Amino acid sequence: MTGYLIRRVLAAVPVMVVVALFVFLLLRLTPGDPAAIIAGDMATPEQLERIRGQLGLNEPIYVQFVTWSMQLLTGDFGTSLISQTPVTTLIGQRLEPTVSLALMTILLSVLIAVPMGVVAAWRHGTWIDNIVMSASVLGFSIPVFVIGYIFIQIFAIEFKLLPVQGFRSIFNGFGGFLERAILPSLSLASIYIALIARMTRASMLDVLGEDYVRTARAKGLGENIVLFRHALRNAAVPIMTVIGTGFALMISGVVVTESVFNIPGLGRLTVDAILARDYPVIQGLILFTSGLYVLINLLIDLSYAFLDPRIRY
Amino acid sequence: MRPEPLQASFLNRAVRKSLLASLVALTAAVAVPAGAQDLKAVMHSGIRVLDPIITTAHITRNHGYMIYDTLLGVDENMKPQPQMASWTVSDDGLVYSFTLRDGLKWHDGQPVTAEDCVASLKRWADRDGGGQMLMRSTRSIEAKDAKTIVLTLSEPFAYVIELIAKPSAVPAFMMPKRMAGTPSTEAIKEHVGSGPFRFVESAFQPGVRIVYEKNKDYMPRSEPASWTAGGKVVKVDTVEWVTMPDAQTAINALNSGEIDFIEQPQIDLLPLLTSNDELEVGVLNTLGYQTMGRVNFLYPPFDNPKIRRAALMAMKQEDVLGALVGNPDYYSVCGAMYGCGTPLGTDAGAGTLLTGGDPAGAKALLKEAGYDGTPVVLMQPTDVTTVSPQPVVAAQLLRNAGFTVDLQPMDWQTLVTRRASQAKPSEGGWNMFFTNWVIPEVWNPIVNPMLNGGGRKAAWFGWPDDPKLEELRKAFVTVKTDGERKAIAADIQKHAYETVNYIPLGQYVPPAAWSKSLSGLMKSPITTFWNIAKAE
Repeated sequence: MTGYLIRRVLAAVPVMVVVALFVFLLLRLTPGDPAAIIAGDMATPEQLERIRGQLGLNEPIYVQFVTWSMQLLTGDFGTSLISQTPVTTLIGQRLEPTVSLALMTILLSVLIAVPMGVVAAWRHGTWIDNIVMSASVLGFSIPVFVIGYIFIQIFAIEFKLLPVQGFRSIFNGFGGFLERAILPSLSLASIYIALIARMTRASMLDVLGEDYVRTARAKGLGENIVLFRHALRNAAVPIMTVIGTGFALMISGVVVTESVFNIPGLGRLTVDAILARDYPVIQGLILFTSGLYVLINLLIDLSYAFLDPRIRY
Repeated sequence: MRPEPLQASFLNRAVRKSLLASLVALTAAVAVPAGAQDLKAVMHSGIRVLDPIITTAHITRNHGYMIYDTLLGVDENMKPQPQMASWTVSDDGLVYSFTLRDGLKWHDGQPVTAEDCVASLKRWADRDGGGQMLMRSTRSIEAKDAKTIVLTLSEPFAYVIELIAKPSAVPAFMMPKRMAGTPSTEAIKEHVGSGPFRFVESAFQPGVRIVYEKNKDYMPRSEPASWTAGGKVVKVDTVEWVTMPDAQTAINALNSGEIDFIEQPQIDLLPLLTSNDELEVGVLNTLGYQTMGRVNFLYPPFDNPKIRRAALMAMKQEDVLGALVGNPDYYSVCGAMYGCGTPLGTDAGAGTLLTGGDPAGAKALLKEAGYDGTPVVLMQPTDVTTVSPQPVVAAQLLRNAGFTVDLQPMDWQTLVTRRASQAKPSEGGWNMFFTNWVIPEVWNPIVNPMLNGGGRKAAWFGWPDDPKLEELRKAFVTVKTDGERKAIAADIQKHAYETVNYIPLGQYVPPAAWSKSLSGLMKSPITTFWNIAKAE
């Protein structure tokens, strides 16, 4: 296991280098000029040139890349060209809302979708199965922003039960955090509930036909134990993969949900940075999320061994 | 009255009850505690750049007015007035003395000195177009003593006071000398002003929120507040600008009482606000914006004055404004390059812009000019709603007149980079683009960026090389009476229309929306937060 871990971590290094190089070059080939964003509409060509010089954008691309790489080696992601804020500070400011949203969403999705999928598989072909499948098609098909607006209209504007928008840190009180996180998480969860429920159902259907399930039933075990202890655990590997990749996707940013509920997360930071051609921020964000992807994939792989003892690394 | 409840038809009483019960169980704290004197506003964009001198972004200018102060202000009659300082002018009009008023302090507690202001004026003048023009006619600017700044001209320049008082795009904000010593192309690292609010650095999240607290040491002038002049009396404890990228979210937040003010709600969403009795919708920026198109003078077809003239004749302001604003209550046809409702505003030379265009005349003129069908490369930004519709409408109007148009969609960032290119349109250059200005940015020939005939090196994008225009502008700053200035300004406009320096496409006023718990909001081209009280 330790050897496997070391190999996987080492394998991540060339991945990150390629990502860094690719992102750097791609950004420099994209039309756009951060100096023009900073200077605004009235800047003369001469002023733009001076600002570019000040920001180091007039250096040859290879010099800019070497400078940035050297900074990275010391753990410095650079400073935003636009706001002059360190990239790590910007990511740090936006990380908690995004991680909170992703965790809440995954938690709600798993709590709702897994029992739904299990029940649908258990009652395969019945009206329960049909309802679960129809609901998941609906959850998959309605855009998140539509669900978000409907939730806002009902729970925030009509009943005034919850705030319309915003984020409050969990460190400033759980109540304040929860009341702002519940609607965006539920909206976003609609897709993941659909996805996980369908995956759980399909996976459970495979497993429920296995001999050991029949044996478990023949031993006289209760249906709950058969379903959740015997069948679900064996069906868990593909479900875990969906959950893990879903979580990674959410960490890299869910711009629409963040915009509808005004959550200052990584998704909005990414879009703003791209629109402003804020190179250090975009580079830092992509490297950060790439690293996170590698880490989450590693954790998913490790979870297989826990869920299925036959898998060994 | 509240907005029509959309969900009423699909939620029956039983479902409502069960939803209520489950949500109450989920929610630990329902009520949103709101400090009575904390004013929350959604501005027209998020703020990322905090240096109000390095950028012309309006949001940064507004930030500047929160924490910095200016030597002079402008009142609602568009007249300069004393703010941090009063002024005198020598009989020969060459020496301007500014005297700082008593009690001025920076937010770090240090007194404001003339040396600080001299450094601030120099940094501002290095960045601002009008300031650069002023400095070319300035022999020296120095601190005579701790409270007196003396500006000595080398030649007559009658626009000194107006430039130092101007409210947009780059007002001459005063900063401590240590900050003002930063090159004008490098952003300042500190944010210490002497204005009515202090910047709360610990709460700042670029693009998300910025918080200001009342500057308790600020000594407002005794006159009533008027635009950027008069007493800047702060009546709330904090002002927070929250960035909301989604227009509907901001509307919802105002309707639910989570915020108090939206600077520029989307006009098509206004019915959602006007139906709420607890809210007010109105125009605070009564001068508003000028929307305009600019052609590239360097390359065909617009290097030909007759073809530029044909393009102007093809334009119909009403169509452009209809697509951009929609609601006629908020726009007007306007031929004044200096903006309608301004002291210099005039229709001189506007011709067909005031009569709905003349496509037939444009067609005839194109034929006369020998237009060979060279495509007009028209840049259309698709990601900024305030500049996205104009190119689409203009493209059709030009086609109607016989132009071949190559409408190229792109994001605004690509446009601002590409418009700086002096390459041929077929090699990454362009022929025409559109943008908007707040009226104080165009209201005289010195601040109006388009009215610069300095050619490839000095003129604004499009680069007209127009010595006569430069001559007229020089005459504008040397004459002494308002009447003479007005006459020259009209001559400049007539000349600019003859050469089709640019094409004004009308004026519009963005409405604002606010909670009725707010009082004292001021009509002004700059959104300011002094003078506003919030009821408990």
